[in-house]
Amino acid sequence: MFEMPVIDRAKCDGCGLCVSVCHCNILVLVDNVVTIIREERCVSCNRWCTQCEDVCPTGAIRWPLEIVIE
Amino acid sequence: MAVQVEFLKSVPYFCGLSIAELHSIKEVIFEKTLQRGELVLIEGEPAEVLYLVASGAVKVFKTSAEGKEQILNIVRPGESFNDVSIFDGGPNPASVQAMGPVVLYGIRRSDLEIILRDHPLVALNVTKVLAGQARHLGSLVEDLSFRHVIGRVAKILLEHAGDGTGARPRLTQQDMAAMAGTVREVVGRSLKALEEEGVIRLERHRIVITDKEALKDMVAAYF
Ligand code: SF4
Ligand code: SF4
Repeated sequence: MFEMPVIDRAKCDGCGLCVSVCHCNILVLVDNVVTIIREERCVSCNRWCTQCEDVCPTGAIRWPLEIVIE
Repeated sequence: MAVQVEFLKSVPYFCGLSIAELHSIKEVIFEKTLQRGELVLIEGEPAEVLYLVASGAVKVFKTSAEGKEQILNIVRPGESFNDVSIFDGGPNPASVQAMGPVVLYGIRRSDLEIILRDHPLVALNVTKVLAGQARHLGSLVEDLSFRHVIGRVAKILLEHAGDGTGARPRLTQQDMAAMAGTVREVVGRSLKALEEEGVIRLERHRIVITDKEALKDMVAAYF
């Protein structure tokens, strides 16, 4: 199981948009950088939520997908 | 929270205005707060207010006859929405929904007309904002109406597919958009279309190719 979402702390400008859209409330700003708390809760979020990635203006928070052949 | 002049300074609409001018504009701006999921505009309804996002993010989307949602844009702090219908007097071209808690600044059309008359610089700024939006929508429309994007997305999936051991790099929809030469809204739609055709399955952290041969056929058909 991969850690989700993936954060690049250097790119985060602390705007807080991802925190505001996350309906699982697993994201917070710590020292002006986004941080995941309660990682297990994102598992309960809707399939293909990816809203944190959608709103991030700097590309600091990403939700990469693995592509596999069945 | 009162309307902040400091914030208005950073809004492209008001770029280059003096503090005194911003103070006079501030007088006609009203604030509106939204909860997650609340709709602020509904497609097809008359448009009376131009909105600026003060905090949070909203999504602008259209709903097809089959009830499918297509996101046209995500609007972030400092950016505006509903510009086109405010200026041409037509109905809202799309619906707009809060993605989380949102604070909006609204300007009624009648007040905006006065602002434009009193501050010609704003008219110049508006032209730039509208031109930027037209460019974004232009590329979106082009890609949404051409099936070849699905072929390109299918090709990317095949090229990046692994055996599930994590050896292959994972891709975001943004990565795929950059590779396919399109925007991520179109990638999202293409993936959903491929799922509907039964060739892939979208799981939480994965895209599972369920019919590799059909996917290959799609690549061949569009290239
Ligand atoms: S994917 Fe959705 S639920 Fe998960 S962290 Fe991002 S915004 Fe929150
Ligand atoms: S939206 Fe992006 S830049 Fe803003 S706080 Fe979240 S990760 Fe950082």
